[in-house]
Amino acid sequence: MGAYVIRRLLLFIPMMAAISVITFILIQLPPGDYLTSEIMAMAERGEEVDEAAIEALKLRYGLDRPMVEQYFRWITNIILRGDFGRSFHWEQPVSSLIWERLMWTVVISLGSLLFTWVVAFPIGIYSATNQYSIADYLFTFFGFLGKATPNFLLALVLMWMGYVYFDLNMGGLFSAEYQRAPWSLAKVGDLIGHLWVPLVVLGTAGTADLIRVLRANLLDELSKPYVTAARAKGLTELKLIAKYPVRIAINPFVSSIGGVLPELISGAAIVSVVLSLPTTGPLMLGALLTQDMFLAGSFLMLLTILSLIGTLLSDILLAVLDPRIRQTV
Amino acid sequence: MNPPAAEVLLEVRNLRTQFKLRQGVVRSVDGVDLTIYRGQTLGVVGESGCGKSVTAQSILRIVPHPGEVVGGQILLHGKAGGAPVDLATLPAKGQRIREVRGGEIGMIFQEPMASLSPVHTVGNQVIEMALLHREGGQDEAREAVLDMLSRVGFSEPERTFDSYPHELSGGMRQRAVIAMALVGRPSLLIADEPTTALDVTTEAQILRLLKRLQADLGMAIMFITHDLGVIAKMADHAAVMYLGKVVEHSDVDALFHDARHPYLRALLSSVPRFGGSVQQRLASIEGIVPDPFRLPGGCPFHPRCPESIAGRCEVEVPVYRTLPEAADRGVSCHLHAPLGEPVAAQR
Repeated sequence: MGAYVIRRLLLFIPMMAAISVITFILIQLPPGDYLTSEIMAMAERGEEVDEAAIEALKLRYGLDRPMVEQYFRWITNIILRGDFGRSFHWEQPVSSLIWERLMWTVVISLGSLLFTWVVAFPIGIYSATNQYSIADYLFTFFGFLGKATPNFLLALVLMWMGYVYFDLNMGGLFSAEYQRAPWSLAKVGDLIGHLWVPLVVLGTAGTADLIRVLRANLLDELSKPYVTAARAKGLTELKLIAKYPVRIAINPFVSSIGGVLPELISGAAIVSVVLSLPTTGPLMLGALLTQDMFLAGSFLMLLTILSLIGTLLSDILLAVLDPRIRQTV
Repeated sequence: MNPPAAEVLLEVRNLRTQFKLRQGVVRSVDGVDLTIYRGQTLGVVGESGCGKSVTAQSILRIVPHPGEVVGGQILLHGKAGGAPVDLATLPAKGQRIREVRGGEIGMIFQEPMASLSPVHTVGNQVIEMALLHREGGQDEAREAVLDMLSRVGFSEPERTFDSYPHELSGGMRQRAVIAMALVGRPSLLIADEPTTALDVTTEAQILRLLKRLQADLGMAIMFITHDLGVIAKMADHAAVMYLGKVVEHSDVDALFHDARHPYLRALLSSVPRFGGSVQQRLASIEGIVPDPFRLPGGCPFHPRCPESIAGRCEVEVPVYRTLPEAADRGVSCHLHAPLGEPVAAQR
């Protein structure tokens, strides 16, 4: 097992190298660069374009150099100095832009994941063990409704309802008066008052999905002979279902954890824009639109690293859960 | 074969189990009568779909949804005498039937791999049974499990305890399942085609093992199979089932040498024999097993029966009755019922 993890980690190195090249090519693919789109924006606003300043910027960021050279400059800075470059648009180092937003993204994503599991788990088990009961049909109905509703629409509806009926502004993570205030109990309370909205909005579709998956998996398992055999031992129904079929039906959950990590960065960008959340989604969207290449490149790199780690994590977890997989590892 | 004072352990009387499906009601078990004596083996034989497995599941009340025990009695006699418990009337999820499952009646299944959870160790699954049905704590339970594992033929029980089912061979898995079923010290072991999924060599080993365990531990066995040869080897008594009914119930000697029911006689003549001519075609039973939704009226076997009595067999359901010459033998066939007996109401 240990050797397996080390082997997988070593494999990351060539994969990362290949991915960094592809990332760099991708962000260079759209015609022009940040400077040309900035010049166009300035021209549209009727501002005068300072040729000398443009040239200085070009020189400073090496934008006049061939692509291969630009790539090596970028990647050596990252590896040797941990310097992800500067964002043209924000005029700040990329790293200072990313980390706080990343923290909030992790909080919100893990929170909505937790919400999803806590809601989906009991409902999925109930639906499977009481197949075709009225409650099962109800859960199925609302599940599909939740899945079919786009998240951002749900966010808009919730915000509108909060505003109209409760006179609340539910956007953002803090009320205006706490936005810049130092941390205190009151601020945490304010955060919790705001946090549930994105958690519910982001968690709904996932919850519906998970209920369907768990219900289907568990239904498959419930009819298997080992469940009857466990029943023939004299276990209580609750104990035997929790110990045997649920344990096996859970595998697909675990393998989906791998997808959650990259989702942290890219997912929910639109919801974050709607709810004005300080997460990475909107920032990345903006970076891609304005061709803010170092910022966009760093995001793409982070995404891939997280995907790799996520896949490894779920593979390890699967091996821990299932001895049959452990054996082939 | 049958010692005179054999004590009755389990009596099944007129058991009926039905599956209510959208297409109609399937009467999988439709009036079954069985008697199992303490420490002896009852073979239950019949072709696929005749209701032998559902009978076993009915006894433990683990018939899968939407099946249900709808009538009859399942009388389990306790060791101390006293009034028997009627398992058929217990709530299927209640405390009492859970004590019976594993504690008084253990069960082993056809597919040893499928009846073990693939992600739990053998020890984990076996010790659960010991903890549920034996006195004492974790340490005593572990001792009991290791003892039972070595009794069923594991030379290194400690190692087996920590193995996963996929690390064992088919025969070894069935041994583990047997250990699981017996560690709660039940007085009856229901074996539902325990050797069907195994090769013949392994089958012979498992059968020998069951006989030895029965001699050591003294439990009764209800052995379900479609193989008459296995019945001959294993059973003291046997019940022959056809379409949810017991057509003949007797001691094994009589079953093979003095068969009464035409279905059993036809079955026996279809068994190939050593020394028989290879040119001759094997005898087969005419016709096919009827559609479970459209069972024939009267005796269910009459359309395929070479000796059916016109005007009687297709109208009247034959009643299961003991033979006048032997109290422990019974048959449900009009050929063996005196005319003029009361006609059973058609179910």
